[in-house]
Amino acid sequence: MIKGDELMTRGVYIHIPFCDHICYYCDFNKFFMKNQPVEAYLHALEREMAYYAGRGPAKTIYIGGGTPTALNDRQFEKMLRSVHRYFMHPGIEEFTVEANPESLTDEKLLLMKEFGVTRLSVGVQSFDDRLLKTIGRAHKASEARQSIERARQMGFENVTLDLMFALPGQTEQSLHETLEAALDLNTPHISVYSLQIEPKTIFFNRMKNGKLRLAGEDIEADMYGQIIFTLEKHGLYQYEISNFAKPGFEGRHNSLYWQNEEYYGIGAGAHGYVDGKRYVNAGPLKKYIQSVCDKGFSEKSSHKVTRQEQIEEEMFLGLRLMKGISKKRFQEKFNQSVDSIYRKQIDQLKTEGLLHEDGDRVALTKKGVFLGNNVFEAFLCS
Amino acid sequence: MSDKRTSRQSRIRNFSIIAHIDHGKSTLADRILEATQALTKREMKDQTLDAMDLERERGITIKLNAVELAYKAPDGETYIFHLIDTPGHVDFSYEVSRSLAACEGALLVVDAAQGVEAQTLANVYLALENNLEIIPIINKIDLPNADPDRVKKEIEDVIGLDASDAVLASAKVGIGTEEILQQIIKKIPAPQGDPDAPLRALIFDSLYDSYRGVVVYIRIVDGTVRVGDRIQLMSNGKTFEVVEVGVSTPKIETREELSVGDVGFLTAAIKSVHDTRVGDTITGADRPASDPLPGYRRMNPMVYCGLYPIDTARYNDLREALGRLELNDAALQYEPETSEALGFGFRCGFLGLLHMDIVQERLEREFNIDLIATAPSVIYKVRLTDGSLVQVGNPSEMPERKFIEEVQEPFVKATIMTPNDYVGSIMELCQRKRGEFINMVYLDENRTNVIYDLPLSEIMYDFFDALKSSTKGYASLDYEMDGYRASDLVKMDILLNGEQVDALSVIVHKEFAYDRGKAIVEKLKELIPRQQFEVPIQAAIGQKVIARSTIKALRKNVLAKCYGGDVSRKRKLLEKQKEGKKRMKSVGRVDVPQEAFMAVFKMSQDD
Repeated sequence: MIKGDELMTRGVYIHIPFCDHICYYCDFNKFFMKNQPVEAYLHALEREMAYYAGRGPAKTIYIGGGTPTALNDRQFEKMLRSVHRYFMHPGIEEFTVEANPESLTDEKLLLMKEFGVTRLSVGVQSFDDRLLKTIGRAHKASEARQSIERARQMGFENVTLDLMFALPGQTEQSLHETLEAALDLNTPHISVYSLQIEPKTIFFNRMKNGKLRLAGEDIEADMYGQIIFTLEKHGLYQYEISNFAKPGFEGRHNSLYWQNEEYYGIGAGAHGYVDGKRYVNAGPLKKYIQSVCDKGFSEKSSHKVTRQEQIEEEMFLGLRLMKGISKKRFQEKFNQSVDSIYRKQIDQLKTEGLLHEDGDRVALTKKGVFLGNNVFEAFLCS
Repeated sequence: MSDKRTSRQSRIRNFSIIAHIDHGKSTLADRILEATQALTKREMKDQTLDAMDLERERGITIKLNAVELAYKAPDGETYIFHLIDTPGHVDFSYEVSRSLAACEGALLVVDAAQGVEAQTLANVYLALENNLEIIPIINKIDLPNADPDRVKKEIEDVIGLDASDAVLASAKVGIGTEEILQQIIKKIPAPQGDPDAPLRALIFDSLYDSYRGVVVYIRIVDGTVRVGDRIQLMSNGKTFEVVEVGVSTPKIETREELSVGDVGFLTAAIKSVHDTRVGDTITGADRPASDPLPGYRRMNPMVYCGLYPIDTARYNDLREALGRLELNDAALQYEPETSEALGFGFRCGFLGLLHMDIVQERLEREFNIDLIATAPSVIYKVRLTDGSLVQVGNPSEMPERKFIEEVQEPFVKATIMTPNDYVGSIMELCQRKRGEFINMVYLDENRTNVIYDLPLSEIMYDFFDALKSSTKGYASLDYEMDGYRASDLVKMDILLNGEQVDALSVIVHKEFAYDRGKAIVEKLKELIPRQQFEVPIQAAIGQKVIARSTIKALRKNVLAKCYGGDVSRKRKLLEKQKEGKKRMKSVGRVDVPQEAFMAVFKMSQDD
């Protein structure tokens, strides 16, 4: 049923689970780099790339972590070479690599240029050195600035920064300064995430022991409002809950998640969505490497997404985008109208002032953006 | 046959164990089971007699258990022990008195570090009233802070028992077990009673088994009962034919007969536990005894609360579940009631708060019904202006003030045993809880009994916690009912978003109404999650609002986190959120979580 051109809507995500240090909030699949079988991992990664490349080409590539730039130059090159070999083609729309300021060296920038990387995502988080320390980052604000300047000098125009808010001890003033600093760098894209305390993180343990003062809902809401206002004033419009871009610089790869499209997930603990099936790879390195050795891929568990779930996901992912969902696209995709399934919910949410409807589109209102989970929840039917 | 019975009877020893919670009763029971090889090591689980999961988890005994053990003594004789386990908590003192009535002796277990506690004292007095031989055991002597000499002296000073022979034991590591068994044989008398007299068996517990009907636990006082015998219940005259008799060892073992001194069970195709009232006497239908055994008083519930299914569709399930629990829990009472806020449910009566807690937990756990429990209430007696007297167990049913002549509330006589250092803070606490000082007794150079009359409703609130915290956990509490007294009580209503929520109404003393109201609205503000609109919370007496606070409107609830491609996690989060709302009750337009309904109750007044 899937035609050739539909295959081209897929993306590929490649996970580098190594870090030189562990940030206090991070709950991604990651390991201290030291004494890890990095070479064997890269080898397995290449085999898994070969496996998925065989299932059709991708239009976006995203290398995330962990810390991809934690690899040494030789390892980094090997990894890029594999990616290039299996997924690079003239039709690639976007090729993003995540980088940490302290390990974004000139050598790595050069390698990325060489292998066709088009976009850099730099984990800045804050331009407040005190806060950077609080959340366990290894770099200073000045390093972040310099790394982005250098990237630009090397010809990387399409750079995005990750920032965080609602951090312990963060003031509105500090956030203001961070936003100003970020805007000064004049990148065409900024992502802003609020701190979430997740189990198995250092912050989680501190919170349990009562040693972490969290911002609280009111401060979080104030900061979120401040962020949206400031960034939009400077021409970075909000196109998704956490993402801001100059027109034309929206992240293609991430947009694919929100548009409920498919992607290969490659690497330890990576998530993928292929042929209607969502899967997750083995997280522990040994298990991952072993299973790729055995069968060429490392799917640990998978779930065939039912039609019902697809429909729900279409809504709660699609509504994260400010442009919302297109009723026409929905109809084409599911052969059923949005109204026939969700009329009641949409009307209710409109009454609550959380959704608006404009011709073909259903989207979050300003208020809905702040209360997105209340909206998304309504589209779960079970 | 008769000789054999008499010889057997002389080798029977019936006893129970009296101990304060945590003093090691169940562990000691385990050691005795082991020593008598009732169970192989493999079959032993910790605290074998506590059969319910809940009992094991909480480390308390709720239901009675009786086991028969064969003990081969060093003198070559084999003795038959019946160990009757008893609950230690004050809520279940009724059950304690039942088990004591089936015994000739009791092991008194006292913690070698903590000494005698008020609750232990109460049960020892019960045992003494029943003429039981008491064997003191000082347990946990292996603990570093054990002080057996002090505790011995305490047993002598406080209880008045001769403690010179007290066994020094550590049930945990198995010290003293043999000595205990020896003392059981030597000190506890064999049961008296005539095996050839007409049957008289005391029912001390019964439970319903779906295959066998009611299983009746009995102690044979006179006579013998055999399979096929026709028996009669002396209170209601109903007769049944005995299907099986037996004992628990603790494995179920059927026997041909039970005779004098035996503690075991019988089944007789009895359909309802209501026919086998605990405390009743079973006799032979063909040769009935002339007088029943002295029974025990049925305990009336002390505490009432409303139980409502969160999912209103599960009302019938809840009724069925309560019916099933009632089969095994003679003290539980319930009747249907309706709340404007919560819909259809039941007003249930309990012996105390622990009992209430346990029933609630069993309903949620064993029957999988999510419940909302309203704040527990005592029974108030209200004299109306027309001279009639009504009983009110549900605050929302309190008549309007203009019709009320007088409200009376139940009082208890509370005995608080405390190290001398804390007498001051205990008196302060009791005064604050509207207590009336009765007496103070110096037990020894270290400890004092402080006796107060207190309103039961105050004990129900945070009294116990407050007591523990103001005495570093050293004080212990026992209380008994002490009748009704008139008090200046008013009904306080709670309004959410302008609407009165009947399930949140409470009865408070007028003098404390303002503080309680303030505390309640603040607590509710904490517990009720933000809604999309601002929700005022008010506490009112009649039309007069005495306290208010406001839940701010929800401002941010959106996951702004980098989740990569992990969609299933986003889904789970949303599902969890949705599930959480299902566990809330929508009152008016406000989603109220379960805990909020208990908040009016489970809150320190010192907050």
